[in-house]
Amino acid sequence: MSVNVQIPAGYVPVYTRPRSLSEARFTYCPGCHHGIITRLVAEAIDELGIQERTVGVAPVGCAVFLYEFFRCDFAQAAHGRACAVATGIKRANPELIVFTYQGDGDLAAIGTAETVHAANRGENITVIFVNNQVYGMTGGEMAPTTLPGMRTVTTPEGRDVRATGYPLRMSEMLAQLDGPAYITRQAVFDVRHVQMAQKAIIKAFQNQLEGKGFSLVEIVAACPTNLHLPPAEANRWVVEQALKYFPLGDLKVRD
Amino acid sequence: MPKGLVIIDKERCKGCGLCVAACPFGVLAVTSELNRYGYNVAKATAPEKCTGCAMCAQMCPDAAIEVYRMAPAKEGV
Repeated sequence: MSVNVQIPAGYVPVYTRPRSLSEARFTYCPGCHHGIITRLVAEAIDELGIQERTVGVAPVGCAVFLYEFFRCDFAQAAHGRACAVATGIKRANPELIVFTYQGDGDLAAIGTAETVHAANRGENITVIFVNNQVYGMTGGEMAPTTLPGMRTVTTPEGRDVRATGYPLRMSEMLAQLDGPAYITRQAVFDVRHVQMAQKAIIKAFQNQLEGKGFSLVEIVAACPTNLHLPPAEANRWVVEQALKYFPLGDLKVRD
Repeated sequence: MPKGLVIIDKERCKGCGLCVAACPFGVLAVTSELNRYGYNVAKATAPEKCTGCAMCAQMCPDAAIEVYRMAPAKEGV
């Protein structure tokens, strides 16, 4: 931690910054759920003690600077191709622990084919899918996961399903396949759900260590900036709006 | 001495207030103090109420919070 504070005698640490995170400041907006999820991934890497042999694949989107935030090796994939890049890394070096971290514009739009086929092949990789229902980095355009009637800069009257179709439920879609070992949907709008999401992320990495195959953790997140809401209200929006369309829970667990 | 101790890295804090909403004891508040990036930073304005539950740290999107707790006194001391 960059802050130099003398901890008084008698105090023991309860929570400290994960070792797998670098000293870089996150480039996310205030209150962005990406920050929580990035931290949870770092905690999972610490928990399993796999920092030395972990390789991440950074997406295009708000998390594009992921390689700056982690103290582990990283590759930067072309937009949407993180699962394909991860497949290559994992097949060439099976001893490495490979994860991708992708948003909904990356994984569910331009990268749908790569994601579906990596899942269908049951590649032994871990995928963290941050579904915030919008293209955050480019200014808040409609994503495939944008809710019906939701206002974005490209759907100023609200998403019209007759013109643009319905939100894509990627996790349900992938759970239909025989390939994946673990598909779950979590959220991080309060402490209890943060803890549940953390357990899911650790399980997804654990599956890879055990060679079980493709594990995907979808996290329904809020983008306070593009929702034009203060962070605490954006969390309420997740509960009241997003979770109606994206119900939480395990969709596929292969023992 | 309070049971818990919360330390916020001022330069990482972006003043989103999620820690303030998560704290069950009202220890934290977003203050008018600015950091070098121009964000209003969160501070422990009522540190004596802190129990060291670390709920603030688990919500912080910038990993800016560290939490310490008074170690239980050893038996026979």
